[in-house]
Amino acid sequence: MFYNEEFETLPREALQAMQIKRLQQVLQRVYHTVGHYKKSLDAAGVKPDDIKSLTDLRKLPFMTRSDLQNNYPFGLFAVPMSSVVRLHASAGTSGRSTVFGYTKRDVDTWSELMARSLVAAGLTKNDIVHNAFGYGLFTTGLGMHFGAEKIGASVIPMSGGNSKRQIMILQDFGPTAICCTPSYALHLAEQGGVLGVDMKALKLRVGIFGAEPCSQQVCDEIEKIYGITALNFYGLSEVMGPGIGMECLEGRNGMHIFEDHFLVETIDPQTGEVLPEGAEGELVFTTLTKEAFPLVRYRSGDISRLITDPCRCGRSHIKIERIVKRSDDMLIIRGVNVFPAQVEAVLTDIEGLEPHYQIIVDKSGALDSLELQVEVSEKTFSESGSVKELQNIERRIIKDMKDYLGVSARVKLVEPNTLQHTPGQAAKVIDKRRI
Amino acid sequence: MKVEQISIFLENRPGSLEHATRVLEEANINIRTLTVAETADFGILRLIVNDVEKANAVLKENGFRVNKTAVVAVEVPDRPGGLHSIMKVLGQEGINVEYLYAFVEKSGENAVIIFRFDNPEKAIEVLLANKFTVVPGAKLYEF
Repeated sequence: MFYNEEFETLPREALQAMQIKRLQQVLQRVYHTVGHYKKSLDAAGVKPDDIKSLTDLRKLPFMTRSDLQNNYPFGLFAVPMSSVVRLHASAGTSGRSTVFGYTKRDVDTWSELMARSLVAAGLTKNDIVHNAFGYGLFTTGLGMHFGAEKIGASVIPMSGGNSKRQIMILQDFGPTAICCTPSYALHLAEQGGVLGVDMKALKLRVGIFGAEPCSQQVCDEIEKIYGITALNFYGLSEVMGPGIGMECLEGRNGMHIFEDHFLVETIDPQTGEVLPEGAEGELVFTTLTKEAFPLVRYRSGDISRLITDPCRCGRSHIKIERIVKRSDDMLIIRGVNVFPAQVEAVLTDIEGLEPHYQIIVDKSGALDSLELQVEVSEKTFSESGSVKELQNIERRIIKDMKDYLGVSARVKLVEPNTLQHTPGQAAKVIDKRRI
Repeated sequence: MKVEQISIFLENRPGSLEHATRVLEEANINIRTLTVAETADFGILRLIVNDVEKANAVLKENGFRVNKTAVVAVEVPDRPGGLHSIMKVLGQEGINVEYLYAFVEKSGENAVIIFRFDNPEKAIEVLLANKFTVVPGAKLYEF
């Protein structure tokens, strides 16, 4: 099933002709309106006019997350704020967060791409959609919501948390589709088990999962517990949010990238060299239609491969494999992206703390848990050597982790020299989860 | 009139207390009395020792987080009502006690109660005015 059959099944030649035309327009626009692009293209000795074919794309410099951070908050916007109708942002303290803007047309495009995604999952206006993705600055909740409304489905804007209430609504409202992280689906099933609810007896037919890695094994488990079809979507807030790619009901191997709106490449994360189609590498995205926050060759950090075989669903758009690896040290905690550097910034912002810490990520039941072990500094203890004061520090860390990064952490103060003092943030993470 | 107490930050795990006592033993430090305040994850070991400066130095050298806190030692006869007589006065004067611990002197006649107050100066003043025996640090370390 298609939401926009013409564009989703456009023959490759016509699609590529459209892509190059759109790419040239994007380049002209960003080169002349966004300081960053003028600087980076000039430094690379490339002019927008030099890009005559899709293979010329590789002449253009990459963009990374630090380019986004360096232009915090609005430095990469290509339209005046009066044209921006929506702002979203990633987690992080000031200067380490990234901010994304959308014009009215961007929101419409995004809604259409989410509508395409939901229709690819077999949804229609007759469906009731239980959306358990967090609403707010996080893109996934609102992205799903707008897409579901666009196809005329009935949306339950549940957001995350309150598992018991979620289960009550799953029973009472009878949603036919659920959107959440795969681990939250497992968590709900666990809670349902405790309450004596048979998840198979719910009216759910399909689950749309994303925002964290989902292995085949996890998908199979969810399908078995709920008796539903589990499909994955691909999203990246920097590029748009959800709605960049979607697994179709017919193909079920890989997620179609909506190529009339995004160009995707795979590169060698070490050398930056473009890899042949089908080789495993880091995904790099270029937006073709975004107005407020266009991105050219943005390094996603996600490792995957491109699948170019024709899909039985009839979509002409290529697919990417599910993401189970990253090229950087980003952690995904209950669907929230967290970089160790952001954790370090939270800690160093608290006066008196020594930035000797360790992050221990594990599973607590179906859900991710994050423990932060922080060494007690001499200054902290000589000034606040009471249980009460140390507990205040613990509470402050927990609150700042929640406020700035959106993550519930458990904090454990430890004696000095008990943690490995290895340089580099990745060394400070112990991930005990198995994906 | 104040007494210096040594506080040591300890994680709640086997061996952490042993490490601290070993360091003190090797430095020939004698512990007069002690108490441990604990939470789920960490504890604070509080000590009155015979040589505060040396204990402070060797513990720091061995990587412990150490804090010196002023506490007040009060001597009372070791019999029913001994502690209550102090608490009554402190209560009347509105003096808040953060924590306390105690030991009995070698003679067995008197008990020494170690108090941590928000405002030790005020507490000493009140205790002396009510004829309590406040034990100075120098005397306590030598008990």
